[in-house]
Amino acid sequence: MSEHHHKETFVTKYIFSQDHKMISKQFLVTGIFMGVIALFMSMLFRLQLAWPDKSFTIIEAFLGPHQTDGIMNPDIYLALVTIHGTIMVFFVLTAGLSGTFSNLLIPLQLGARDMASGFLNMVSYWLFFLSSIIMVISLFVEAGPASAGWTIYPPLSALPQAIPGSGTGMTLWLVSMAIFIASSLIGALNYIVTVLNLRTKGMKMTRMPLTIWAFFVTAMIGVVSFPVLLSAALLLIFDRSFGTSFYLSDIFISGEVLHYQGGSPVLFEHLFWFLGHPEVYIVLLPALGITSEIISTNARKPIFGYRAMVMSIIAIAFLSTIVWGHHMFISGMNPFLGSVFTFTTLLIAIPSAVKAFNYVTTLWKGNLQLNPAMLFSIGLVSTFVTGGLTGLVLGDSALDINIHDTYFVVAHFHLVMGVSAIFGMYAGIYHWFPKMYGRLMNKTLGYWHFWITIVCAYGVFWPMHFIGLAGLPRRYYTNTNFPMFDDIADINVVITIFAIVGGIAQIIFLANFFISIYRGEKSSQNPWNSNTLEWTTPVEHIHGNWPGKLPEVHRWPYDYSKRINPNDDESDYLHGKDFVLQTTPLLEGEEPS
Amino acid sequence: MLALFYIFIGVAIGVSFWQITRILNLRESVANDNDNSKQGKYALLFMAFLYAMMIYCLIALNVIMLPESASIEGEHDDNLFNITFWLIGIVQFGMQFLIFYFTFKYRGNKHNKAKFYADSHKLEAIWTITPAVVLVVLIGYGLWQWNNVMDLSDEKDAIVIEVYSQQFRWDARYAGEDNMLGYGNVNFIKGINTMGVDMSDKNSQDDKQVTELYLPKGRKIHFKFRSQDVLHSAYMPHFRAQMNCVPGMVTEFGFTPKYTTEEMRMQSEVVDKTREINKIRKAKGEEETYEFDYLLLCNKICGASHYNMQMKITVVEQEEYDKWIAQQPTLSTVINQ
Repeated sequence: MSEHHHKETFVTKYIFSQDHKMISKQFLVTGIFMGVIALFMSMLFRLQLAWPDKSFTIIEAFLGPHQTDGIMNPDIYLALVTIHGTIMVFFVLTAGLSGTFSNLLIPLQLGARDMASGFLNMVSYWLFFLSSIIMVISLFVEAGPASAGWTIYPPLSALPQAIPGSGTGMTLWLVSMAIFIASSLIGALNYIVTVLNLRTKGMKMTRMPLTIWAFFVTAMIGVVSFPVLLSAALLLIFDRSFGTSFYLSDIFISGEVLHYQGGSPVLFEHLFWFLGHPEVYIVLLPALGITSEIISTNARKPIFGYRAMVMSIIAIAFLSTIVWGHHMFISGMNPFLGSVFTFTTLLIAIPSAVKAFNYVTTLWKGNLQLNPAMLFSIGLVSTFVTGGLTGLVLGDSALDINIHDTYFVVAHFHLVMGVSAIFGMYAGIYHWFPKMYGRLMNKTLGYWHFWITIVCAYGVFWPMHFIGLAGLPRRYYTNTNFPMFDDIADINVVITIFAIVGGIAQIIFLANFFISIYRGEKSSQNPWNSNTLEWTTPVEHIHGNWPGKLPEVHRWPYDYSKRINPNDDESDYLHGKDFVLQTTPLLEGEEPS
Repeated sequence: MLALFYIFIGVAIGVSFWQITRILNLRESVANDNDNSKQGKYALLFMAFLYAMMIYCLIALNVIMLPESASIEGEHDDNLFNITFWLIGIVQFGMQFLIFYFTFKYRGNKHNKAKFYADSHKLEAIWTITPAVVLVVLIGYGLWQWNNVMDLSDEKDAIVIEVYSQQFRWDARYAGEDNMLGYGNVNFIKGINTMGVDMSDKNSQDDKQVTELYLPKGRKIHFKFRSQDVLHSAYMPHFRAQMNCVPGMVTEFGFTPKYTTEEMRMQSEVVDKTREINKIRKAKGEEETYEFDYLLLCNKICGASHYNMQMKITVVEQEEYDKWIAQQPTLSTVINQ
């Protein structure tokens, strides 16, 4: 590589950097910033749900014209849930998670000097940055930001007469998302090309760490499904601004009949969920990949069933593209389609179960190093199981009829993709922080952060299932207009307390993160005694990652605690220690695992 | 409760700052045996918390859940739900135990060695095939029930009712003597013809527009849904019934009410729930006591007053229904006057 001697200015090093390590940090910090906004929003609307008739100074301070005497207006409530969802799903858990760790780890764990195209990688980040800025600006539009739910179903999202947020706020939302999708696509293509072409000598596909498998497959799902969302958004822009009728028909609103003829909102739902469902796995798979790597390293054991793990990632990815209709069982589409989607949806339970069981088996008879990253990974397995199981209820069309769009759904997806993916992201941050900043994060704060967060996560979302089973629809500004829901008022208060405490506890993480960048303990080259290639690079970042030649790979990444006699747990370690770097050649007579 | 809440916030912020100041003198960052031992025990403690909470919610929150299905078709929904719930409940309790117990049991120690155990085709086959077999049952029963509910083709005797939605109210139109709804479209909305019924259609003449649903017990109801502006969803949770209302198209759903409103009010689960609610209402100082009623709620985000878009449903015996429907004026008398 010729360019790793070129002179770097402040701008090319810290701002328009083409180095994947710097870009990964940029993604992370931007993602954290957006995450704080979205988390704060959720705390505001939780206040509203717990005490709908109480006045709060914090609401008065932050919601300005959208509140009356410290009580938020219904419109801004809907805006808050909309933007909370949008930011969390796309900006935090797609760009913040995938963008950070794909960028950091794909070159480092494959033994590449950088991404296939450093330039496109930089473009990808800056498009993401731009879309974040536009999304944040949309919060300050006079009529309020987009408020039609993160799924932005038309006609609600298409008609400013229907809800004020569907004016300028919605326009900015669409523009922001269009740019975001461009960023994701560029990123994903780069990841795929890098994985396929830039693996170092000996790094066969079957020797790639599961993180890379997860990022690779995630990128492919993104390439397949994100363009469909882009077209859905473009058609919506046409309907909104140029008078077409893709999604609209026969509408009478504000005392007049609109001109739209022949479109159907159901078409939008199909297009939206063709991305929307795979998006769940775009969010989740990287977290699962990170977890596989961290659990194996900290259990000092090979990941159980490597091949099965790879197969299940691929199976989940494939199935994820043919199940979108389970969000639409009662949308008015043909019931026969509902049957098909029920079938494909429930099939996902099989690879998911395989993954969960494999994690548990990896823990079994391990020598668990309970670092904060490990705890978050174990937490992920726990919430993934809890949230995944209720998928069996929701995926069954007959049962979905009655719990569709209730709080049962909210509880389900927050656990299975929200909390799980965030846990995966936290695990990744604690684990690879030394790779990013050359220092370690404080473990005591990490422990506090983990235990408060998991207690609060369950405290929020476990009781929420029951509110859903009581029949309470989601996205209600308040349920005081229904005496039949009066008995859940107290539960809402408990949930809100857990939510606020859990939200505030993230300060521990933020402080730990930002202080550790400057004051954390200096990291050794391989602080977790891990096998993978990223720990063979120097602690100080250099352009091109490895000072001399690229490393050569001789084995899979999970040779932890390998013994002289494979059948005797008491025998000594084959290599004298409980880990073997991927660069270590096989000993004479050693069987590859 | 609010005071408690502020105390919680105070404590949380206090703990955060106290911890953050400690970061300045704590520099150790990789878990040692002492940490492993402590965290492993915390995992066990957490498991106790999780179990306590799960069990507490399952028992104490049982009263807030919906009562048994008030429609005949919904019986199998309840059945399937119970089967699924038991199944996932058992798996949930088992898996969480394994996860946190293993975390405790195998907490690291420098004298221990992990077992090198990379693969077992037998185990993997077991946990691929077992879920697959269980799923066959769930999918089979689920699909059978889905067809059962969604198939409205051979219901000649059903009463046809149109449920009409707009921001933010529900209306309904009974099909009248001929049991045929007249054609409707937004272009016909004018004055009191708020549902946009084409009055030149002969089927429209005997249709009856109402603001509350009355349903006879034991008769299949064939609902047709329309919306005039945005998506709404007609959610009738007690009947295990829901369907979106989509502008530009007519959607359908059907069920047979099983209990009259009066009968439902006597049902033990409903009695318990009502008592609980009234206790809470009294404590809050609400004057009116709550009495059970079937409701239709909007369950698709539709705008500012989405949270207050409801319609009462009353299920009565056939004779009473006949009397009620006879009293409702037909559209031809109302609109063509």
